[in-house]
Amino acid sequence: MASITQFNPSSPKRDLIIMVVFAVAVLTAPIWLAPVGASYPDLLQRFAIFGIFALGFNILFGLTGYLSFGHAAFLGVGSYAAVWIFKLLTMNVVLAIIFGVLVAAIFAVVVGFICLRRSGIYFAILTLAFAQMFYNLAYSVLTPITNGETALTLALDDPRAIDAMFGVDHGAGLPAPSLFGLELTGFTAFYFCAVVLIIAFWVSLKIFRSPFGLKLLAIKSNQNRMLYTGFNPKPYLLVAFVISGMYAGLAGSLMVITDPLAGAERMQWTASGEVVLMTILGGAGTLIGPLLGAGIIKYFENIFSALHHAQLAESFGFLPNALVEPVVSVVSLFVGEGWHLTLGILFMLVVIFLPGGLMEGIRRLSAYVRAKRAGDGEETVAGGATQPSE
Amino acid sequence: MDTILLQLLNGLDKGGAYALIALGLTLVFGTLGVVNFAHGALFMLGAFVAVSVNALFTISKRVKDESVTFFDAYKEQPYLEIWFGDTGTALIQWSVPIAILVAIPVMLVIGLAMERGLIRFFYKRPHAEQILVTFGLAIVIGEIIKATYGANPIPVHAPPPVAGAAPIGALFGGNEALVYPWWRLIYLAGSLGIIAAVFSFLQFTTYGMVVRAGMADRETVGLLGINIEKRFTIVFGIAAVVAGVAGTMYTPILPPDYNLGMNFLVLSFVVVVVGGMGSLPGAVLAGFLLGVVQSFASIGAVKEIVPGIDQIIIYLIAVGILLARPRGLLGRKGVMET
Repeated sequence: MASITQFNPSSPKRDLIIMVVFAVAVLTAPIWLAPVGASYPDLLQRFAIFGIFALGFNILFGLTGYLSFGHAAFLGVGSYAAVWIFKLLTMNVVLAIIFGVLVAAIFAVVVGFICLRRSGIYFAILTLAFAQMFYNLAYSVLTPITNGETALTLALDDPRAIDAMFGVDHGAGLPAPSLFGLELTGFTAFYFCAVVLIIAFWVSLKIFRSPFGLKLLAIKSNQNRMLYTGFNPKPYLLVAFVISGMYAGLAGSLMVITDPLAGAERMQWTASGEVVLMTILGGAGTLIGPLLGAGIIKYFENIFSALHHAQLAESFGFLPNALVEPVVSVVSLFVGEGWHLTLGILFMLVVIFLPGGLMEGIRRLSAYVRAKRAGDGEETVAGGATQPSE
Repeated sequence: MDTILLQLLNGLDKGGAYALIALGLTLVFGTLGVVNFAHGALFMLGAFVAVSVNALFTISKRVKDESVTFFDAYKEQPYLEIWFGDTGTALIQWSVPIAILVAIPVMLVIGLAMERGLIRFFYKRPHAEQILVTFGLAIVIGEIIKATYGANPIPVHAPPPVAGAAPIGALFGGNEALVYPWWRLIYLAGSLGIIAAVFSFLQFTTYGMVVRAGMADRETVGLLGINIEKRFTIVFGIAAVVAGVAGTMYTPILPPDYNLGMNFLVLSFVVVVVGGMGSLPGAVLAGFLLGVVQSFASIGAVKEIVPGIDQIIIYLIAVGILLARPRGLLGRKGVMET
């Protein structure tokens, strides 16, 4: 039975193949994404960053089933922390990343400790409440730290103590983030993000395969039974929450590395909703799914939100003249400014028809194809056998 | 003293909105067992009923301005004024109260359509999926409103007799200079009236009794030959009307924009959690309580001691309550304990 070895979770050889394929795919992304017009650094960076964010969210939601509606808060916190490192200490990104992840982790420990006392909708609402609290604070009282609505940016007269100590000269303009002297801009920045993404994916894979990951899955399927077997689920949940918060902090600091600016709006509930959508769209609880979801959403956001009226009129030019104007005005509701409408509709459609996400769809499709090929006489167990990986 | 009275009224006003939304949320949750993240969108839609009625009434035509004699001047004059004269003007000025009457059937239809069209397919699905699909719906409704009316808040005014300020200082025999907007007082009275109406409907009518019975034990009520599904659908409609009318009445206080729903929803959920999931009196009590607490926290003297407290006090209370009394203030045993 090929399907059993294929879905055996503890096959190091298969994991190695996955890792190699994944690494090659990520590093060559600028080449194979060129035909769809997505191979410029800015968008590629966003793929990688939101991929990391979704990967982290998936460790919490996909494995334990705890739906957090406030994950963007950790991303925002990580961003602020990283910018402050840039301002105060050094433009070297290593320190910024470490600090961003660390601060996000500290916040996640506190928030997780409180929120994980409850589960289900209570948990969702508690995390939402915390995220709103951080967002409100960032806009009001914490303005000295967050710079409020104007967003936190670098300035020429920042101290940058460590850089000053080693006599690093940033020239006349605003300094760019660097990795031990290597300036991270354009494709260099993308490759940096890509390497971080590959490491993050590897960690996520290891978590999925580890006994720890299995315990998280046990929490999702039945917490009571887990308690009866002598495991206290709470510490595992907290660790999962903190890990996923750290992923968010990592994504936040990478965001700052590619564009040294941190604003409160990336902590808003819509941002938290977006990462939920990415994970669901790709397939919560699957390894690749969240990355897929993040890529698809960011890609279409990029394409759709850039479209405007004149472009539409041009592309619908093949229609009879009387039809062009009505068609364009209907379509333009969904693109440009109205991109969020498309996002909302997509969100609903996925939850209604494909709660398992795209990965579930692919699995169903391949099971269907396999069943077709096997002929009508044999039993089609493939669909059922693949379920446990959810 | 005056500040305290004013902030108390402010808080009760805000609390009225929270209580009405939370009441609907709790009703829907208690009957259908669905967590409705789109309930705030219903509040927002109610507010935009007022905007739409006002916009409809003021559809205008360009006419010559007779009061300017030196040159040809034009002004926009609403058709209603042209057709009905002073009656038309009065209609425009009274557009908010009229919108409340309009909102009742409109919101009922929207509510029923939402329940039949979407929510009913999610009774048996996990709470996480209910949350997600209604969250998506809330985004869609918000974006449709944004596409129609733009992103900026649209002010709608209260009718002139009650647009001014009420001399409450004089009424209560205190400081003569103490005044408070009439419409806010009316809003408070209105929200109390709606709450009373909902409770008496559930408590004193046979229909309400059946609904309560269904909330307690849906299966047995079904076995008695009552179509409980249908009644729950109606309850969803009622919840939509309550939220919608609350939104319509709130427009003169706060100009609505497409984000209004989400802002109120987050707070209303906190209210429901504090009051106790599934407890209607709890939702009302917590709504007013949190409204008042929030408005006291925004007094300057308090903010000087703890800066930013007005922004986070509600969330802090919610966290505290959930940790100390997870069931909420008036929550009953066995309702959403996990």
